[in-house]
Amino acid sequence: MSIFVNEKNKVGVQGATGHQGVFHIGEMKSFGTKVVAGVTPGKQGEEVHSVPIFNSVKKAVNETGADTSLVLVPARFAKDAVFEALDAEIKTVVVITENIPFHDAMDFVHYAKYKNAVLIGPNSPGIASPGKTKIGILPGGIFLEGEVGVASRSGTLTYEIVNSLKEKNIGQSTCVGLGGDPIIGTNFIEALNAFEKDNETKAVVLVGEIGGTAEEDAAEYIKENISKPVFAFIAGRTAPPGKRMGHAGAIIARGKGTAESKIKAFEKADVKLAKFPTDIADLVEEHV
Amino acid sequence: MKLFEYRGKELFQKFDIAVPNGKLVKDENDFSNLNLPFVLKAQVPIGGRGKAGGIKSAENIDDAKTYFSKIMGMDIKGFTVKKVYAEEKVNIKKELYLSITLDRTKRMPLIMISEEGGMDIESVADEKIFKEWINPLIGIQPFNIRNITSKLRLEKDEVKEIATVISKIYKMFRNYDCELVEINPLIISSNGKAIALDSKVIINDDAMFRHNDVIPEHVDLTALEKDAKEKGIAFIQLEGNIGVIANGAGLTMATLDALTYFEGKGGVFLDLGGTDDPEKVKQAFELMKKAKPKVIFLNLFGGITKCDTVAKGVKAVITKEGIDCPVITRIKGMNEDAAKEILKDAGLITATTLQDAAERSSDMAGGV
Repeated sequence: MSIFVNEKNKVGVQGATGHQGVFHIGEMKSFGTKVVAGVTPGKQGEEVHSVPIFNSVKKAVNETGADTSLVLVPARFAKDAVFEALDAEIKTVVVITENIPFHDAMDFVHYAKYKNAVLIGPNSPGIASPGKTKIGILPGGIFLEGEVGVASRSGTLTYEIVNSLKEKNIGQSTCVGLGGDPIIGTNFIEALNAFEKDNETKAVVLVGEIGGTAEEDAAEYIKENISKPVFAFIAGRTAPPGKRMGHAGAIIARGKGTAESKIKAFEKADVKLAKFPTDIADLVEEHV
Repeated sequence: MKLFEYRGKELFQKFDIAVPNGKLVKDENDFSNLNLPFVLKAQVPIGGRGKAGGIKSAENIDDAKTYFSKIMGMDIKGFTVKKVYAEEKVNIKKELYLSITLDRTKRMPLIMISEEGGMDIESVADEKIFKEWINPLIGIQPFNIRNITSKLRLEKDEVKEIATVISKIYKMFRNYDCELVEINPLIISSNGKAIALDSKVIINDDAMFRHNDVIPEHVDLTALEKDAKEKGIAFIQLEGNIGVIANGAGLTMATLDALTYFEGKGGVFLDLGGTDDPEKVKQAFELMKKAKPKVIFLNLFGGITKCDTVAKGVKAVITKEGIDCPVITRIKGMNEDAAKEILKDAGLITATTLQDAAERSSDMAGGV
């Protein structure tokens, strides 16, 4: 098993014919992902790495049975793209696009809930389950099949951590990039809940950062609901208040969202914390 | 993007929210069209200006002149006052607090109202703040407003006044892609009108493309940070003396954090993002040089980004433009060996691990 996605997901890519779309359709296909369609209005009939392009999501769904969408369109068109996917009854939407106005994200996150769809992101690197599928822009080479679940609010930092797990021969069940924005469709609690139920996951790694209270909420949830060992790294211990540290969501606002508060909350929930990102692998090796 | 108080009030007026009569005062003789008494207010993008002496009430023109010259140019928590706003005093019957912000956990707009107006909301007891969440797909409904106004000890006409302001700021929050709209205090005047005496408005940077009528002032950024923003580079100036360049926001933060274990302190956060474009790399180094760090610490993880392409860009800018501080690099991931060779060749120090690089950077920067 894996969480949220598996080898059966039939992926359509919105924004398939752009530079990113073309590159990552190729990358996903070589990872083993079933990429069945691309959507770019006005480009129907073209192909990208032998994947047919359609003018609309509805058409792509009708012709190919796509049930998952990867959204790579520019920020100002992202709201339209996600609504289109949800309206075409797509049940898993992964939004990679960064810099989407958060009011737009608020709208489509609520519409996804109404439609009973799983929405990952925005500003997510995607989700990968080694040996099964990869939906997103995560580099394929860092993964190894195994039993550690990873959920993270960042991109490159996660690659670094996953890569260090691989170097210690510790594989992953699913690695989900939740996204660096303040409004995201899937949070730590939802990921933890899925990992707890997943038989193939034996331990969970959380990569958090300053901003919001997602880690504090997760810590409370872990106390009551999670039996598997949880490890974490929190970025931004030295970030000053009021500054947005690269990610739209990484900001200490009105005293809330400090790394200190998150670290304390995790310690209380018996989550083991790493000092340096690459130490996570040592911690997991030691305890699992 | 934080707006100055007077800019926020300009927006309030667009939404028909009453504010006192006021104007920006250019010099100490510029008090026409204002009735005494009035209040002079420093325009700074930070709270606590009253305590810092940035707000003064003038009963006569002589006072106004004295206060104006005191406030203009004063330093409030690192911000020099360059604009002074003057507005007429109003007679206050009641002071309230009202705001709309984003609840990240519930992923909804959150309205907060309190009768403890005029105070720092963080110091107000939780049971005195009334909250209401709005489903963004449905929008604000009368019941939402009733839920909170019913808890206030107000007269019937006052409730009506406040209810109108609530629906107006919700509209503004949504129409202008706000992160925060705060009125503290929102007052009921002695003649029963709701008036916004202050404004705190933050507009979501990512939505600025659809608000051409809002002037992108970025009042809380340094000159270099503004420059970086125009170039699309995530760049933040901090208190220390080590300039950190990494790819990805999380990794850049983690790199800054790593320095503290060796008594080093970051002076710049620079996130290269997923780019290996030599032009972007060049711009990043140029910005970094202008910030004058004692040491530059370049930390790269190549996932999709190829380390050697970034290294080539770094080498090109360093050989061409020179660099006047040591550069310590730590490279991991795709094509790391080739990248290390290129950087060594450019005369840069290549460290093996993050810890090693952080320790060496900290030592070279001479601690804090």
